Amino acid sequence: MRYDSSLAAVGNTPLVRLPRLSPSDDVRIWAKLEDRNPTGSVKDRPALHMIEQAEKDGRLTPGCTILEPTSGNTGISLAMAAKLKGYRIVCVMPENTSEERRQLLAMWGAEIISSPAAGGSNTAVRVAKELAAENPSWVMLYQYGNPDNAGAHYATTGPEILADLPSITHFVAGLGTTGTLMGVGRYLREHKPDVKIVAAEPRYDDLVYGLRNLDEGFVPELYDASVLTTRFSVGSADAVTRTRELLQQEGIFAGVSTGAALHAAIGVGNKALKAGESADIAFVVADGGWKYLSTGLYTAKTTEEAIATVQGQLWA
Amino acid sequence: MAIEVRIPTILRTYTDGEKAVEGSGDTLGKLFADLDSRHPGIEARIVDGGKLRRFVNVYLNDEDVRFLDGIDTQLTDGDSVTILPAVAGGMV
Repeated sequence: MRYDSSLAAVGNTPLVRLPRLSPSDDVRIWAKLEDRNPTGSVKDRPALHMIEQAEKDGRLTPGCTILEPTSGNTGISLAMAAKLKGYRIVCVMPENTSEERRQLLAMWGAEIISSPAAGGSNTAVRVAKELAAENPSWVMLYQYGNPDNAGAHYATTGPEILADLPSITHFVAGLGTTGTLMGVGRYLREHKPDVKIVAAEPRYDDLVYGLRNLDEGFVPELYDASVLTTRFSVGSADAVTRTRELLQQEGIFAGVSTGAALHAAIGVGNKALKAGESADIAFVVADGGWKYLSTGLYTAKTTEEAIATVQGQLWA
Repeated sequence: MAIEVRIPTILRTYTDGEKAVEGSGDTLGKLFADLDSRHPGIEARIVDGGKLRRFVNVYLNDEDVRFLDGIDTQLTDGDSVTILPAVAGGMV
């Protein structure tokens, strides 16, 4: 495949079957390898699409400063595109996100403003909204509420999956901005009304619950519950276990949110198996494991040890 | 019929600090009534007027029961139920 620039090489990622982790020959799980995008995550799709749409409608013009709350991947994608297109970019991210992500952002020239760890992404969103109010000339693309985030997946990810897997019965992805689930979900529904759209959300540990309160609760503006068939809540122990299984049994090196999505994919797969149904379940590998190596979860001798190692480090 | 029920920190005062307890019942509603027989008061913290309380999430094998049959969701032996306080009123 040949492309005119690295920005043009976003998307068209492989869909690979998981022969060992699929529940049976009739209940198959397929991984959409979004880590194969130019900056290594699914976020290249919404980031590029949001920038290009903002350029089209005149919100983003040469010399502009882009502002975005992000725990990493969207910022990295936006920063790379901003670098190539000549925009300044400021990212607001929780202070406890991994060193790898900070370096990746800095490497593309992004300026980082840290938000308090308590409240995680919710707090980053609040801080970014305050900064946007103080700096009216800055352009906040705002992945949590920008229809072009879901639009990117409606226009590209959804059609790619349906073309590769016309027999799809379930689509599973992590629930963050909700853009992937909303965009792919709507596209697939239009073409396969019976398809099941399954969200996998991280289950925060008790420690994190202690730091949060309901006032900090935040529902992305993009979220539309009617698109979803069901939601799974995946604890960090299960997410870590599945991340390691994906590596050891299928040779796919992915981040921890992918482990959570895989756990939900196996969950719906086992339900189909129990019901005697066949299924083709596609789930999203949102990014590779590179940015999470310092957690030690991939090299820990046992899964128990890996789980103990990452307690308190994840889901920032 | 044994169902494992994981208890969140804020409800462990009812379970002598236990993180997980066992219960029985062929629906979630019956399971919570069964739990209440050994842990008096816990049912009222989860259920109100025959429905799940607004700021409580319940998961059957990690799946949100609000997308299944709520309190009437059927259970089978070996299932795992998790009770969690809802962040953001149950959404994201």
